Amino acid sequence: MREHLKSCAQAVLDGESEIAEELARLTLEKKMDLLEVIENGFVAGIREVGKLWEEGILFLPELVMGAEAMKAAMELLQPALETEGSDREKVGHVVIGTIEGDIHDIGKTLVATMLSANGFKITDLGADVPAVRFVDEAEKNDADCIAISALLTTTMPGQKKVIEELDKRSMRSRVKVMVGGAPCDEKWAAEIGADGYAGDAVAAVSLARSLTGRG
Amino acid sequence: MSVIPRVTWFSDDDRNKIIDEAKQILEELGVFVENEEARELLDGAGAKIDGNRAYIPTAIVEKALETAPGRVLLYDRHGEIAMDLGGDRIHFNPGSAALRIFDRDSGDARTPVTADVIRYARLTDALPGYAAQSTGVIPGDVPENIADSYRVFLGLLHSTKPVVTGTFRVEAFAVMHSMLSAVAGGEKALRERPNAIFDCCPSPPLSWSDLTCQALIDCARAGLPAELVSMPLTGATSPVTLAGAVTQHCAENLSGITIHQLAHAGSPIIYGGSPACFDMKKGTTPMGAIETMMIDGAYAEVGKALGVPTHAYMALSDSKPVDYQAGMETAMGAIVAAMSGVNNISGPGMLDFESCQSLEKLVLDNEICCMALRLTAGIELRDDPVALPVIAAGIEKKEFLSLPHTKKWFRQEAYMPGDVIERGSLEQWRANGKKTAFDRAGDQVDRLLETHEVELLDAEVKKHITGLMIEESKKAGMDKLPST
Repeated sequence: MREHLKSCAQAVLDGESEIAEELARLTLEKKMDLLEVIENGFVAGIREVGKLWEEGILFLPELVMGAEAMKAAMELLQPALETEGSDREKVGHVVIGTIEGDIHDIGKTLVATMLSANGFKITDLGADVPAVRFVDEAEKNDADCIAISALLTTTMPGQKKVIEELDKRSMRSRVKVMVGGAPCDEKWAAEIGADGYAGDAVAAVSLARSLTGRG
Repeated sequence: MSVIPRVTWFSDDDRNKIIDEAKQILEELGVFVENEEARELLDGAGAKIDGNRAYIPTAIVEKALETAPGRVLLYDRHGEIAMDLGGDRIHFNPGSAALRIFDRDSGDARTPVTADVIRYARLTDALPGYAAQSTGVIPGDVPENIADSYRVFLGLLHSTKPVVTGTFRVEAFAVMHSMLSAVAGGEKALRERPNAIFDCCPSPPLSWSDLTCQALIDCARAGLPAELVSMPLTGATSPVTLAGAVTQHCAENLSGITIHQLAHAGSPIIYGGSPACFDMKKGTTPMGAIETMMIDGAYAEVGKALGVPTHAYMALSDSKPVDYQAGMETAMGAIVAAMSGVNNISGPGMLDFESCQSLEKLVLDNEICCMALRLTAGIELRDDPVALPVIAAGIEKKEFLSLPHTKKWFRQEAYMPGDVIERGSLEQWRANGKKTAFDRAGDQVDRLLETHEVELLDAEVKKHITGLMIEESKKAGMDKLPST
């Protein structure tokens, strides 16, 4: 078992989606303890990826590939986990997108990938998303959190509109809002009444965890 | 006749391979075209349309390249040629569309207002290194949806140089075109002597939004030069290899040229871009990376081989203040651009990934541009024999300063920098208050803004374009424009 856990973590660390998938399949075949494999195998791997990224050792392609490998494994394990009715804490659900008028997709997608790799359920609305749609989707999915990206100072005010829309529908108390993108910062987040700002994908994961208490 | 110092990026074989593969990409992978009219143009020419995707046969691309002019001229307010784009001729203009301006007093970036845009236009007008002005700063004190036309309006009032600009909304083209026509002396005069370039940016990889497509078509029909600003980001929105980025850039530009020439064959178009070697740590788009400059220089070489004028976003920096990094990256870019023969070099004044303009940097960068222009003028022999009789005279006089030969040539041989470049003694520097280049640039900004007089725009024309602008601002819900 210990060897297996090590291999799972290593597959994520190496960004090897196919190997991660293979190991997940083996986990199911051999009826290993799912929670144990996820927590001490794959999740341990993605945590290590995050740590090495923060230390400046890993670069973006390695971060993305690690998250992709994690996702590949979880896509197989998650359904089994649910059938099993396992008591792994309920995962947080994040609705994410780039705000209306803004077509910048890369940073947002990276955050979505990292959140997903870290166990969050993600509804990715893509780019150029109207404020109302963020809230519609959050309502529909009973999401815990909305994550809004803006790469232009001209589109930043759209982030505020999302919060106003949440207020209007009296949803603000149950949906956390996090913002990101080049022109945003802590000050801006505070100014518009968001719950937090994250400067990169790894920081976004910590922020989502602390905001939702999940993931 | 002197040789223009030039760098070469590819062997003929490699360059041809890149061009051939770009054409193959357009045929096999196609381009995403959001604009219906552009799709109809492509369809009519024989491209295969599948939904929003257009697969463009090489024959159509080659026909567009045949009709695209190899030389594009830009005129100033007096109708004089200000830019002669083509061949290896280089011209500089400030980087366009900054969201912020660097504030000398606070030492930080801030949102610009109308007064900043005016200062910026007047300063550009005063500095000889810039062949054109650009709508370089986006004012924050007017509604967002007129910021595009308003920048052009201010530029036309406060500088006589042609304008490098672009639209933020499809509807803005009409009013911008009206203002430019008024200054040029009518629509026909504008077509004959264009005074503006419009940037049109495809979205990588290989995608044309409705806005950029429409701008391309509008420019083609109005005879206003369109400038393609293709921006592959290595490993993020394009292949990670530099050659792969140049290939994607070529395919994007070729598709733009094709749409443009189908809208109006023979209209002026510029092969350009703003690619970047994507930073794999910060996730940013460094304009100051040497690899970014290599992609720029290399695609310019491809553009030349295709027979169209070229443009690049070079001679700018990612630094936040005007510091060592700012100067280093700007100067490297300017020299690489100059030696690659990029015809229209946009970038000076710019900091922070094309998002912040600085008046002080604009003054310092002017020196870089003038030096780069001197560099590309190359070394001429001047005399025949080159030196022998002069040296003989110098030996006799034991110095060269008083020789007529020296007086005859020294101004042409050496570029004389302005006061921002320190070439005095240590003692002089101390006596002048130990100023840095940034301090000296600040002094010069103040001096130039105080002394430089921009020729006033004809009163009737001014009244006309002011009327157009007021109409626009009313539509956007602003009854009174800031004082101009």
